[in-house]
Amino acid sequence: MAPGTKRSSYDGVVACLPVTIPYRRYSTNSAQWWLGRALHELAKRARLRPSDIDGLAVSSFTLGPDTAVGLTQHFGVSPRWLDHIPFGGASGIVALRRAARAVQAGDADIVACIAGDTNHVDSFRKTLSTFSRFAQDAVYPYGSGGANASFALITKHYMNTYGASREDFAKICIAQRDNALSIPHAMMKKKLTLDDYMTARPIADPIHLFDCVMPCAGAEGLLICREDVARSLRLDFVRILSSIERHNAFASDPIQIRGGWAVDREDLWSMAGLAPDAVDFVQTYDDYPVIVMMQFEDLGFCAKGEGPDFVRSHTFTNDGSFPHNTSGGQLSGGQAGAGGGLLGLVEAIRQLIGKPLGSPVRDARTCVVSGFGMINYDRGLSSGAAILASA
Amino acid sequence: MTEPLARPKRKNPLQRTRRPLSPQAVRSRTAHGLTAAAAEGRFALQVCESCQTVIYPPRDCCPSCLSLRLPFRDVPRGGVLIAETTVQTSTDPYFRERTPWRVGTVKLDAGPVIVAHLHGDAREGHRVRLDFKLDKSGSAVAIALPERDTPNMADDPHLREMTCDPKFRRVLVTDWRSPVGQAMAKAFAEAGASIVFVGIADAWKPFPGLEALRKIAPVEIVPLDVTDTESVAEQAEQNGARIDIVVNTAEHVRSGGIVDRHGLTVVREQIDIRYLGLVRLAQAFGPVLRARGADGVNSAAAFVNLLSVHALMNWPEFGSYAAAEAACLSAAQCMRAELRPGGVKVMNVFFGPLETEWFQTVPPPKVAPAALARAVVQGLQRGLEDVFIGDVAEDVRARLAVNPKALEREMAS
Repeated sequence: MAPGTKRSSYDGVVACLPVTIPYRRYSTNSAQWWLGRALHELAKRARLRPSDIDGLAVSSFTLGPDTAVGLTQHFGVSPRWLDHIPFGGASGIVALRRAARAVQAGDADIVACIAGDTNHVDSFRKTLSTFSRFAQDAVYPYGSGGANASFALITKHYMNTYGASREDFAKICIAQRDNALSIPHAMMKKKLTLDDYMTARPIADPIHLFDCVMPCAGAEGLLICREDVARSLRLDFVRILSSIERHNAFASDPIQIRGGWAVDREDLWSMAGLAPDAVDFVQTYDDYPVIVMMQFEDLGFCAKGEGPDFVRSHTFTNDGSFPHNTSGGQLSGGQAGAGGGLLGLVEAIRQLIGKPLGSPVRDARTCVVSGFGMINYDRGLSSGAAILASA
Repeated sequence: MTEPLARPKRKNPLQRTRRPLSPQAVRSRTAHGLTAAAAEGRFALQVCESCQTVIYPPRDCCPSCLSLRLPFRDVPRGGVLIAETTVQTSTDPYFRERTPWRVGTVKLDAGPVIVAHLHGDAREGHRVRLDFKLDKSGSAVAIALPERDTPNMADDPHLREMTCDPKFRRVLVTDWRSPVGQAMAKAFAEAGASIVFVGIADAWKPFPGLEALRKIAPVEIVPLDVTDTESVAEQAEQNGARIDIVVNTAEHVRSGGIVDRHGLTVVREQIDIRYLGLVRLAQAFGPVLRARGADGVNSAAAFVNLLSVHALMNWPEFGSYAAAEAACLSAAQCMRAELRPGGVKVMNVFFGPLETEWFQTVPPPKVAPAALARAVVQGLQRGLEDVFIGDVAEDVRARLAVNPKALEREMAS
């Protein structure tokens, strides 16, 4: 195949208005209710009528039997551009990329990206058992440990191969907890000690309690529009320097040791005109700390297999040498289903416009946000990343 | 090393009997290709007809060449266990009461990666043999076994969940008067069954070999006549709650077809002994078997049907006999659905003509009663659902798979 066409820039397109509907452990409300609240909050804070929002991108696991189409009637909006993005942890990056191109091409003026889920008492088990055909046929009947068991296998293999220790993963989790302590709506707000982490209840060896996210109900949202629109609405905004996405990369690896970022990272950095050491903070998708470590490697912050050393040589709190998951990520903030895919972007925008909910990253000008999702059988299939910069 | 199973103590009558639960049974239609393989104890995966790629999980389209022709074929079962985990917390009620539960990632020599249950002697980083088994839900699952047999490996708790091993179980052989019944009693005694209840109708009628039977240690002779509803019900009342495996050995082999037979006497007897006998046993013993599917080491495990392979295709020389066998096969399919909620398997063992007096005129190859009994025990030990024993049974199955109409014509000649 001939080399691909050079990717064109996102000039003139901006992301703005980060919105979080505070999470709750369980909710008797529906996904429609949570997504509706996110859209309501976006419209209210942008001082828009719902009819002014002419683009809508939706991500949710618990919306069934509805899709984004049903939501237009439910919410009384009539967008001229609509997308349903069921990509789990990659859906935020994918929504950002698609919405940015739609705005750039004039297919929509203002796209609301919303993602979220409800969490009924039994909805997590139901989501797991019917997550995908391969999960139904070839994963769930094997102990029904859900994602915990699948990532336990990936984690065990990574530890065996590259010598990562539980202490290394602990360092990531503890720093994220520190970052979450100043976030009002974080689900986990008690300081996490190394001893807490190491002695936590085993879930699926080597995964223990604090390697796992807490499923909860909640929603996240943001707007994508042209820069002049954001200015006219008096909204603070950030620029999109570059982005990538990839699905089902490295299919012949017998077990997941890298993600799709490793295929496309040259494009990510060259399109942004930056090197990895130039960004001020990083938001990875943290469903499990081993995936965080893989992202450090695959996004280019260190070489494959050097993740453990990289972790040992940095600090990850907002005042550290490598500020990471600056609102505590999902590990401390909670996983509001597909909302987790948007969490990193929403927090990144807050930091870059200088309005973080919790502690700020000093002089934050640029960052990488990455997404990862959809463990269809034995590995996460979707990956994506974007580099954002303050205006 | 597998800890050998301890002989279960007498059950405390005050203790609650654990109700049977099942792991998730739902599979895609394609994935039931694995169920078909597991039912017969074969290790089969989809192999692309166009590019020979071996495929897992089951797909409708080849991930190498997009071909749609993906038949299941027997493939080598060796591989390496590249990572393992122990699930401590499960969202599923069946596994919740069985954790810790080990699973692992196996890279098969044949190509694909299979997430599998792990036998206790399967070790991370070592070679393993994969097998497909029917779990308590009746759907196929992969289990990684150690590369070579290890001592007491059948006693592994994960494996025993998927088999119906007679060891320490209590078995009912319904009719001892046939040579098959006698062979069966002996085989189960040898396989470690803790009690073999042996049914005898009209016990006052003398029979050679009765003394020898009494000498087999775990044998307990009980009155049972499968043609008598009351007798069957009474036996179920007496011993039903401590019977884990029922093997129906009642038979009624008579030659002759349908058209060239006068009257209904023989046909009615065949139906009464075989089909209605099965229904009586199913009604009397089925509900209690199903309720006891999770009752510890000697939980209820299986109902075994011995079926002429001519249940699958009529053999006019023994035509009315074959028709009664076909009725039993259909009943067995119904029983499977009805007993599955208890995790109780219905195992059908198909055989050709037996080495017994009623097949005196039939030329070899024939199946010796002892061979049939061995096949039953082995089938239970492996957790199978369909067993074909002997050359004739294998032959009929193979011809049926290729061209049923041809087989129909050939059976007549």
